[in-house]
This record gives sequence, C-alpha cells and structure tokens, in this order.
Amino acid sequence: MSGRVYPIPGGLHPAEHKIESSAAPILTAPLSERYVVPLRQHIGQPARVLVHAGDTVLKGQMIGTPDGRISAAVHAPTSGRVVAVEPRPVPHPSGLPDLCVVIESDGQDAAVEMRPIAWRDMPPGELHKRLSRMGLAGQGGAVFPSHVKLAPGATPIETLILNGAECEPWITCDDRLMRERAEAVMLGAEIMRHTLGAKRILVGIEDNKPEAAQAMAAACTPYQAEVVVVPTRYPSGGAKQLTQLLTGLETPSGKLSPDIGIQVFNVATAYALQRAVELGEPMLSRVVTITGHVREPRNIEARLGTPIEELIRLAGGELDHATGQIVGGPMMGFDLQDTASPLIKSVNCIITKSDALFPPHPLPMPCIRCGQCALACPAQLQPFELYWHAKSKNFDRARAYKLFDCIECGCCSHVCPSHIPLVDYYRFAKSEIAAADRAKQAAEIARERHEFQMFRQEREKQEKAERLGKKASERLETGAVAADDPEAARKKAILEAAIERAKQAKENVQPKNTENLAAEQLRQIDEIEARRQAAEDRQDAERQA
Amino acid sequence: MISAVVVMAAIGLVLGAVLGWAELYFKVAGDPLADKINDVLPQTQCGQCGFAGCRPYAEAMAKGEADINRCPPGGEAGIQKLADLLGVEPKPFGEGVAPKPKSVAVIDENTCIGCTLCIQACPVDAIVGASKQLHVIVADLCTGCELCIAPCPVDCIHMEVVHETVNNWKWRYPVIPIQQERQTA
Repeated sequence: MSGRVYPIPGGLHPAEHKIESSAAPILTAPLSERYVVPLRQHIGQPARVLVHAGDTVLKGQMIGTPDGRISAAVHAPTSGRVVAVEPRPVPHPSGLPDLCVVIESDGQDAAVEMRPIAWRDMPPGELHKRLSRMGLAGQGGAVFPSHVKLAPGATPIETLILNGAECEPWITCDDRLMRERAEAVMLGAEIMRHTLGAKRILVGIEDNKPEAAQAMAAACTPYQAEVVVVPTRYPSGGAKQLTQLLTGLETPSGKLSPDIGIQVFNVATAYALQRAVELGEPMLSRVVTITGHVREPRNIEARLGTPIEELIRLAGGELDHATGQIVGGPMMGFDLQDTASPLIKSVNCIITKSDALFPPHPLPMPCIRCGQCALACPAQLQPFELYWHAKSKNFDRARAYKLFDCIECGCCSHVCPSHIPLVDYYRFAKSEIAAADRAKQAAEIARERHEFQMFRQEREKQEKAERLGKKASERLETGAVAADDPEAARKKAILEAAIERAKQAKENVQPKNTENLAAEQLRQIDEIEARRQAAEDRQDAERQA
Repeated sequence: MISAVVVMAAIGLVLGAVLGWAELYFKVAGDPLADKINDVLPQTQCGQCGFAGCRPYAEAMAKGEADINRCPPGGEAGIQKLADLLGVEPKPFGEGVAPKPKSVAVIDENTCIGCTLCIQACPVDAIVGASKQLHVIVADLCTGCELCIAPCPVDCIHMEVVHETVNNWKWRYPVIPIQQERQTA
C-alpha cells in the first residue's frame, strides 16, 4: 500500500485533537428554512448574479455565472424564492459583508434537470469546458476554480496527487469522507486523471488516519493509483509539501506544482467532481467539521449557504463559556465575526473556542534571534528576517527575502518563544504589497490613457487643419473658374438664396428635438421607457417586500 | 621629445574621437530623471500641483523648479518617495493642500443633460457618452481628479469615497493591545 516517502524540511507536530470529531459518521443536515449564498466563494472574480429578489429558483439552478477566466459559478442549494440580493456577513477575516443571494426554501427541494456527463467518451482536455458551469472549487482551503486546474496547461501533467493528508489539527472532514465514500472519491480522481492525461494517481494520507488509508487503498485497485501513507507532520498537506513528500520534487520559488508536471487536488474536490460528472449535480454541498467546545463534535454534510449557527446547533450546540469560533484550522484559520455567516466552499471546519482549549495569546516579547522559526519553516525561508522587514514596512526587502513563497502555515508563530504573531506581519506585508502593485497598475493605465488623449487631441487638430486647408484651396480653384462661367454663377445664386431661406426658417422656428422623429427613434424611445417602467416596478416590489 | 608629443597628441585625438562618437551614439532622448519622477507620481492628472498633468510637474521637479510637496493624491508616502529619489528632505504639505481619501466621480442620471462638457474635461477618457445622451463614468478608470465637476452646467457630478470592501480590504498592521500589569501583593 505504501510507496516511498521523501523527506521535507521544517514542520512540526501540534496536538492533533482529531479524535473528538472523527468517531461519529457524517450527518446530513436537514433542509434549512433560509440559505444565504455569497457570490464570492472562490479565489478570483466573484460570480455575476443572475437572479433578482422575488424570483423563484430550483435546486441546482445557476444563480451566479462565472465572470472572467478565474471564476466559478454559484447555484441555488434548494428550491424556493429569492428574498434578497444584498450584502450580508460572510466568513472572511475582514468581517465585512459581501453580496449574497438570500433564498427562502419552499420545502419542495425540487431540482432542475441534471444530466450526467459521458466523460469516458471524451478525449482528455475536453471535460473542463463542461465543468466551468458546475461551480467546482478546491475544497482544501485555497478554493481555486477546479475547471481551470483541469484545463490543459503548458506542461503535460505526469502525476495527479490526491491530497488526503488533512494535516491541520481538529479537522476531520476529509478523513470521514475517505472512510465512508472512498469509491466515489477514487472515481472522481480517475475522471481527473483521464482529463489531465496523467499517468498515475498518488493518494497522500497522514499515518494518523489508518482507516481512511485502508478504505482508499481498497478503492484504488481498479485504477493506476496508489496510497502513500506519510508521517503526521504539519504542514504535509500543503500542495508543495505533499508534492515533495510523494515525488521528491521541489516546486521552484514563484512556481506552482503544474509547472513541474504535477497537479494536486483535495479528496473532497474529487468527490464533488464525481457528483458533477456522474450525476450532473453542481457543487451544492460539502462536508464540514464542527468541533471544539460543542456538545457533539462531528462532521456534517450541509448545503452551501447554511448559516453556521445552524451547523453548530446540529453538533449539539455550544457548551458554556464558549469564546467565539475559528473558521478553518487553528494554524491557518481566522476568527469568525458573525455566526449568521453562511457555510461556503472554502470552509472545512468551524472550531468553537474556549479559554481551556485556546488560552489567550501571551503578550509578544522582542525577537531574541534564536532561529527556531527558520528551523520550523517548511518553505525554507528566514522568518525572522521577513518579520523585521515587514515590521519596519520595508516591503522591497521583504519581497527580496521571498515573502511570497510563504504559505502562511503558522509554524513560525507556533514555535516562537517570544510569541510574536509572525504570520500576521507577513499577511500585512503581502496585502500592502498587493495594494501597492494594484495602485501602480492603475497609475500606469491612467498615464497611458492620458498620453493617448493628448496624442488624439493633437491628431484631431492636425486633421482639422488639413481639411480646412484642402477646402480653402478647392474653393480658390473653383472660384477662379466660376468667374467666367454663367452656369456656375446661376448655381451660386440658387445656393445663396437657399442659405438665406434656411437662415430665416431657423429664426422663425422654435427647435424641438422630440418632434419629427424617425420610426426607428420612436421605437427606441418606447423601448427605453418600457425598461425604465419595469425597473421602477421592480423597485416598488422590492420596497414592498 | 617630438615623438612623445606626437604619440600623446595621437592618443588624445583617438580618445577624443571615441568620446565624440559615444556622445552621439549613446545620446538619451528626453530627460531620464523626469521619467523616473513621473513613475512615482500617481498619474491622477488632476492638476492640483498647478501644472497641466503629472508629466509637466515631473519635468518641473527634474529642473528643480517645483517643490516635492504639491501632489495631494500621492499622499505622505508619495512625498517620501520623491524625497528619496531626489535626495532631498521630505516636506509636509503646504497650507490648503491635503490628501483626501480615494474617491471616484459619479454622475446623477436624473440630472445629466448630455452636454459632453465633462467628457472633454476628463484627462483619462473615463466618461462614456455622446451629445444629448446620458453620460456614465467608468469607475475603474476614474482617477478621482475632480476635473469634471467644475464644467458641469447642472452640477450633476459628485465625488464618492471608495469604501473598504472584501475586494480591497487589507490585513492590518499587528497591534499589541496594552494591558494593565497584574498587581502582585
């Protein structure tokens, strides 16, 4: 079952806390009364909304269409009525609201017609086109739109890695999924392998999940696939880390796994893909771990858009003295600002905190240059150097020290004897650099547009001068001829009379630009009027609702 | 003696010829310093510096004719960058010149009469419209220069501050909260 495992640098082994939630089987959440579906659940451009308040929708109906190349569709999780399209709280570190479609369930759960895709008959490199409307996004945490990763790239993919490492403490949703639905996961992986044209599948699973590894190994038999059990060491589940663990290949700085012929997908993504292809069902639900300071920690399969407070209730509710929630794992996750926020594609775990489980962060002390962080860094960076440069806002130096190779795994902060929140500094520096780059790009565009405008104005001036010059010279020539041509003189007299008449007509008439319209213009006006009326009616209806 | 003079003169002629050729061959068109300064400026083309756009201001600074504290859209950070580039001390903004939060212009659709005056005023062609047709500002291209506000005969353009959204949100600088030290008896 187990292939060779290659060593990787850094990492650590924090307390696992997996046993709390991994014992109970996956619970399917009952139909919720209300779903709040954000249009931004993935990396890249948010989906463009397709519905209005008052519309009725069916389960699986697309309510947001992908906008741009890196974007994913969003679908209605059940049938019902759209009651609002407005900003609502979402699981985001900022706590800022984002545009959501609020659907009131009608209890029917009536679905649109779903057609399976005959993937076996398709040549490799075709399936991703059909998948772009299925709303699939990586469920490991980065939520990158899956159809983009399945499209043929510059480097042919040799190996498909299925990521079942699930290295973060507390999270067990992939573990339960592999134990209970290994066949479906492997079928999803086989579809991916076929589409990518890869030669083999490697399934990476940490050795603290023996049941999952066994189930997956049994499901591997019909395929060119192999389960590789890797030692439990955080962050073995990082895409670059798992790639190196399983193949010994290191992803170069600034590149991604596909650049070295390897594509990595999470097991839950493979499961969702299998449903999309075999059942024709877009991504409507996911398995999420609800754990920590709750009565019955467990995994729940819930539809996207289910309020998080409802999921916590399904896990028996919070115990006394809970102190908030973490979205994601304790190493990389962030604090949830509002429990009314919905479950989205990226959320794999909700941990309820208590002072006993997550004691308050000790006060940071000055850096003592011990180098512990550098030993723990899986990306082989110098975290203390990055910290100094980020802290002093010396962003160019931070970039030169490969800040963007940092995967924000949190190993450095975890081992720091001075309790410095190192990753917070890196995140700050990264977003400042990204904002500066955006501003620079905007300035570049503005400069180009301004320069083009000046060029255009100059060109127009020149063209006008040329035109006038040409006309003047023509008139001079014709005028010279006209002097001794009675026919031309007669024409000139007629012209002058006409000009005089026009002048008088102009003085007598009050101009009105809505009279004497052509049929085409009248039709346009009616159309615009109808559109305006419809918009007003809609606004009235919304106000009443 | 004579041969030494001849040799030295010959060397001088050759080197002079090389220098003369280099002068022509490596001639830099335009002012490289002005280009560098222009790269630092925010390119809003607002004219708040008193020049007709960012480029003329950059050229004036390169000649030493303009101060570095006349660009409000660049903010304090912009002054710092200019000071670093030109090797001078940063200066605070003068009286009445203060940076404002980033805003974009918005046209009130109910009031616009379609006169095209704002279109002509926009330095980056960010306003779409035609004579007697409703005009619209492309928010992504608007630099917030406010040059379109004055020409509007019906005052239908106003500035709206760009608020923080999930899209442009930034991680904050880590702040360590001050806590009172526990009293030990």
